[in-house]
Amino acid sequence: MKAKHQRLILALAALVALIGAGLLAASALKDEAAYFYAPNDVKTKGVEPGKAIRLGGMVVKNSLKRAPDGVTIHFNVSDGKATVPATFSGIAPDLFKEGSGVVAEGSFDAKGTFIATNLLAKHDERYMPRELEGMNYNETTHEMKAER
Amino acid sequence: MGRLDRQSAVIAAADDFTCLSPLAKCPTGLRPFARLKTGLMHRFANPARFLKIARPLTGWLFWPGLLLLLAGCACGLFLTPADYLQGDTVRILYIHVPAAWLGMGGWSGIAIAALMQLVWRHPLAAIAGRAIAAPGALFTAICLATGSIWGRPTWGTWWEWDGRMTSMLVLLFLYLGYIALANASARQGQTMGQGGVSNVTAIFGLVGAINIPIINRSVVWWNSLHQGPSITLRGSSIDMALLWPLGLTLLGFSLWFGAIVLMRMRAILAQNKVEARMQRLARG
Repeated sequence: MKAKHQRLILALAALVALIGAGLLAASALKDEAAYFYAPNDVKTKGVEPGKAIRLGGMVVKNSLKRAPDGVTIHFNVSDGKATVPATFSGIAPDLFKEGSGVVAEGSFDAKGTFIATNLLAKHDERYMPRELEGMNYNETTHEMKAER
Repeated sequence: MGRLDRQSAVIAAADDFTCLSPLAKCPTGLRPFARLKTGLMHRFANPARFLKIARPLTGWLFWPGLLLLLAGCACGLFLTPADYLQGDTVRILYIHVPAAWLGMGGWSGIAIAALMQLVWRHPLAAIAGRAIAAPGALFTAICLATGSIWGRPTWGTWWEWDGRMTSMLVLLFLYLGYIALANASARQGQTMGQGGVSNVTAIFGLVGAINIPIINRSVVWWNSLHQGPSITLRGSSIDMALLWPLGLTLLGFSLWFGAIVLMRMRAILAQNKVEARMQRLARG
């Protein structure tokens, strides 16, 4: 075996070990490296009240209500499996609206309502011109269909 | 290995070696022996042969690349419609996406060059790794900056420590570390051949490549603020009306990146030539 081949085998073995280590680390980090809790994570794992977390999901349609004071809003956050009520006082980002993604920073109160101290709008991977707004997007075929 | 074979291999190695020193003229009589061992990869270990192709190729990458990326930017600014949700902010994608692609592609190039350097002792690979590092770092920084500018109006924040952003920032630090390591080893004369990177730097380049799949998968593995991949093998969730200038800027920036890398490789080879001449003059 030539020295060149030895080096090749060594380098490839090192690469395989490295990628394996990376994958192991990534899978071990799976929960720790998550940027936010989804409502279903909250339901299954349980988050104690008062612990500062981020809650992410979709703002449920027709759940957004503005309190009489004008700055407090109440809305529900859902990931399709579970729904959590949330409330926020302050100025929400422009892209925050019903049916789109949100990441809220804050903590749960004793009654299980999420008290947000900061709201971030989460954008999804869809980009389209304004004319196409109100069309339905098919996740698997990447096609747009007019909403009925 | 027969005696004759070994003899020709020694001569061929000597031929390659003398050709590496840009000043030495390869004795033409030895050329056929050199061909015995040169595969396609080793053909371009010879700087003279490499330069013969690199010189015209630089222009062929630079000008069409510049034209395409300017055209793509102009189309993206003036011809495409605004996004239904983000409005005009969406147009930053025509810079952001190529910058991200080249930041990650640059490190992939460094890793491939590192493998060629460590396994085959390819002298031009060592130079290529060094040439890629600076533009790669630049495009990574552009990606982070444009992403931050986009994030403020869209998400409501300049910066968040989510998986995608953090791993991309790590890539920038890897580039800076690679450049520092390459420069330090060059000052101490530990580089492979002239003007390349040291073997330690190459190992660093290879190890750092583990970050590339992590960046790519970060939005799939972990909940992140950054949206998931828009363009996948199954298609694109960016509407065609918004997507097409991205093809122009992606290709344009990529060609331009190639031109910059070739220019830097040529500059390093020219620097070697200058240094060799200075040493010869000093020796008298």
